[in-house]
Amino acid sequence: MSLRDGPFQDLKVPLTWTAAVAVIVAMVIGVALLLGDHRGTLQGQAIGASRGALDSVTRPVSNVIAAPFRWIGDGVNGVKQYFFAVSENRRLRAEVADLSQWRDKAVALKDENARYQSLLGLKTDPPIPMVGARVIADSRGPFANTRLADAGTEAGVAVGNPVMTEHGLVGRVLGVAKGVSRVLLLTDVASRTPVLDDRSNSRAILTGDGGGEPKLDYLRGADPVKAGDRILTSGDGGLFPRGLPVGTVVQGLDGAWRVRLDSDDGPIDLVRILLFRDFSQLADQRALQAATVPPLPPAEAADVAARAMPAPPPVAAASSAKPVAASPAPAAASAKPTAVKPSKPLKKPVKKASATPAASSAKPVRPAVTSLAASSAKPTPAPKPKPKPKPIPAASSAPAGAQP
Amino acid sequence: MSYANSASRLDPLQWLGLPVLTAVAVTLLFAAPVRIFGLQPPEPVFPMVLAFAWAVIRPSMIAPFVLLALGLGLDLFWGGPVGLWPLALLSAYGLVLAVRATLTGRGAVVLWIWYGAACALAFGVGTLITFMKTGAIPGPFALFGQFFITLLLFPFANTLIERFDDADVRFR
Repeated sequence: MSLRDGPFQDLKVPLTWTAAVAVIVAMVIGVALLLGDHRGTLQGQAIGASRGALDSVTRPVSNVIAAPFRWIGDGVNGVKQYFFAVSENRRLRAEVADLSQWRDKAVALKDENARYQSLLGLKTDPPIPMVGARVIADSRGPFANTRLADAGTEAGVAVGNPVMTEHGLVGRVLGVAKGVSRVLLLTDVASRTPVLDDRSNSRAILTGDGGGEPKLDYLRGADPVKAGDRILTSGDGGLFPRGLPVGTVVQGLDGAWRVRLDSDDGPIDLVRILLFRDFSQLADQRALQAATVPPLPPAEAADVAARAMPAPPPVAAASSAKPVAASPAPAAASAKPTAVKPSKPLKKPVKKASATPAASSAKPVRPAVTSLAASSAKPTPAPKPKPKPKPIPAASSAPAGAQP
Repeated sequence: MSYANSASRLDPLQWLGLPVLTAVAVTLLFAAPVRIFGLQPPEPVFPMVLAFAWAVIRPSMIAPFVLLALGLGLDLFWGGPVGLWPLALLSAYGLVLAVRATLTGRGAVVLWIWYGAACALAFGVGTLITFMKTGAIPGPFALFGQFFITLLLFPFANTLIERFDDADVRFR
């Protein structure tokens, strides 16, 4: 039975009202979508999967649409190269002559740099592998500045990877799917990039605003930048490697310091995606999270050791002359320096203390790697000497971050 | 199709389906990475034409949801915050729907002014959402650049209105 035949047959709602209700319902859905969006973050949410799926679908379409423009561009370039070959050749010869001097200097500096690095024992950054990709679509609006590149997960591209042209930095990968990745440009309003001035070494945050020249924010000090200064990535935060060329400082019409991007010197049709893994990804996280307790001063350490493990009987002392692997017990004891009251002598010495070479040698013991649990132990009253101390478990075996 | 048939009831495929396909196609076309004399071509918001024209032609329960889907597609395709363009387009549609009675029978210039107001509202909503999401306001040059180029799309909206305005006699 339809509504027309039922008790509501005489009920007539104006279509404008129903359309208004439809608008409100659709807006509620839009607000819900907006609240669930995490664009610009490194979180892979459900919407991120939708983006990846749509990017995968639009990749062949955009590729087909971009192909004629690419052919036309290649044809125009071919014609220009044919007609301007002589002047181009002359210009390139002059450039080669100029660059050969720079090459000699670069070789000398590279050799000098390598010697300094080996003298100082510096740990240099590992080489960064990269992937070439072709840009197949871009958006240039005030609310989104992104590009689609035709290299994705199959090429090892990951979210956060820096993207460059032969001229300079373009942006970073915002989302990745099979065969396609979305690049957030430096000009996007959500883009924040830590940079430094090559001349003054002053830091700044490159902030996109949808326009062609992003702003330099959070500048400090007197004259931190000047017009014409070179801007590079600073590597702060670990998202980008240090030293990638970004652009040149210019003063905008609004008086703010801005950066004319190097990547605007040519068309952004072919890009290189740096498969860069930042330090936090390369480092051993378990080792980083484990805290090392600083050593006590020698006198205090000896006192602590002596009170925790008094001098063994002569037989035990003789046996302790053998090299024995350090036990974790004194290490754990030294992790609680505040709990020790050196003024009070111990009344009841422990009997078995043969397994404590550190205590017998009265040297400051620096424990091996201990966990945060050991270092964050609550201060407890002065340890009462026990006739038979229970073996203290190795602090390093506690799970990182575990609370006592 | 005879005039009598077209006047009695609007075919959703005619006034909703084909314009949507056209808007999607030209949006894809304008997203091609092209430089003309070293400059990038503009990027107008084609669905804004539909948001204005559909509200003027007749109230509809389908149109808001089609705009929602179109806006969602724009956000996903352009890589912007999801929900920005649905809300911007629906705000413009709601404004025009609210003043629809005053727009009926008006000339193209008046309609163009109201189209500009709808665009301004949509871009204002977009700016507000961007500010809430990122804490930054888009630059005025980028904002007015896209606003201005979208404003120039009014002749397409007017063509759509003239094509379907009198098609359904119930909404004259």
